[in-house]
Amino acid sequence: MPSLLLPLALAAALILAAGVYLAAAARPRTGRNLWPAHRSLLWLLGLATIAAAGLGPLADAAHERFPAHVAAHLLAGMLAPLLIVLSAPGTLALRTLDVSRARRLSRLLNSGCLRFLTDPAPAAVLNIGSLWVLYATPASRVMQADGLHYLLLGHFFVAGYLFTVSIIGIDPAPHRRSFQLRLAVLVLAIAAHSILAKHIAGHPPARMPAAAAEQGAMLMYYGGDLLEIILVALFCAQWYRASRPAAAQLDRRAMTT
Amino acid sequence: MTSAAPRSELIGVLRSKSFWSAFLIGIALMAGVDEIVFHQLLGWHHFYDKATSDVGLLSDGLLHAGELVALVAGFFLLADARRRGAFSTRAAWAGLFVGSGLFQLWDGIIDHKVLGVHQIRYDVEIRPYDLAWNAAGLALLAVGAGLTVLAARRPAG
Repeated sequence: MPSLLLPLALAAALILAAGVYLAAAARPRTGRNLWPAHRSLLWLLGLATIAAAGLGPLADAAHERFPAHVAAHLLAGMLAPLLIVLSAPGTLALRTLDVSRARRLSRLLNSGCLRFLTDPAPAAVLNIGSLWVLYATPASRVMQADGLHYLLLGHFFVAGYLFTVSIIGIDPAPHRRSFQLRLAVLVLAIAAHSILAKHIAGHPPARMPAAAAEQGAMLMYYGGDLLEIILVALFCAQWYRASRPAAAQLDRRAMTT
Repeated sequence: MTSAAPRSELIGVLRSKSFWSAFLIGIALMAGVDEIVFHQLLGWHHFYDKATSDVGLLSDGLLHAGELVALVAGFFLLADARRRGAFSTRAAWAGLFVGSGLFQLWDGIIDHKVLGVHQIRYDVEIRPYDLAWNAAGLALLAVGAGLTVLAARRPAG
């Protein structure tokens, strides 16, 4: 019975993720600072956001009503990735794993495929492009299918995570792009998101009532704005720190590589 | 009447970080007023206008993204000018008014009339609204231009 199996699997995965992270954060490390508590909190909030999107009343309503569906997507595809990126799971993993495993992980993170996927432009195309395919093409019909709902939420979380990490990632990434390029991609991604919201308002997906489409589109537009402002503020704060006068020379490498 | 500001001083203001940071904030401020007053409070503007062309929708989206980033980036850039000791209150006020005036005119002429993104209000005679809208933009721009000249004449402060 898929309608019970999938939520249970998701809940188990989230509890497991919380446990693994907290265990790693609590591990005593001689000669190193404690893992900051606010990062653990961000991780837990991120997992709770995924739970809110995929389990419980919102998930049920998301099958029936388009605005609820949009709310679930904002949570899973934008807010949860933001919280998870800020909890720096990669950094925690690298400092928790033993040397050979940490090396293997960093080799994996440096592989061509992941480098490509965490590059701002491809990550933005994947993230916003799949939204366009879903809502502005006949593919919108698959939204209602039960199992696919989870698949879609998972997809939007991963795509949202890759995009967020490409813009404001704090985990080690030797190939981080310049602030200028990231800013340009960010502006285009925000534009594509708001254009899609208005497109949905004007061209409701198949068999969707116009009122529900407009309600959902407005939630997508203004809810997206709110989360995008947070993203832009974090991005600017990183720029502000990196370009402080005294440290300008020190940070120049980080800015241009 | 004292003489007009020297050319090089004027160029100095127009090249200053304070001017351009506040210019961005001015754009975003006017866009915020537009969104809060005309979309939300009065409900005059429509979220989506069926008459909007695809180009209008595209330009609207790009402008919206630009405003959002300008709002946040403008404040960070001002803070950056400040910590570098390059902050000028006069230049910042000038930039704020020039930015908001230009945005208002862009919105009134390009968005509302040329691209037809949406109108100021529906089911009314629109001409007086358009005139008032663009006159307000022109007034803001004129104030901005005046402040720019003042900032150039007395650059300190």
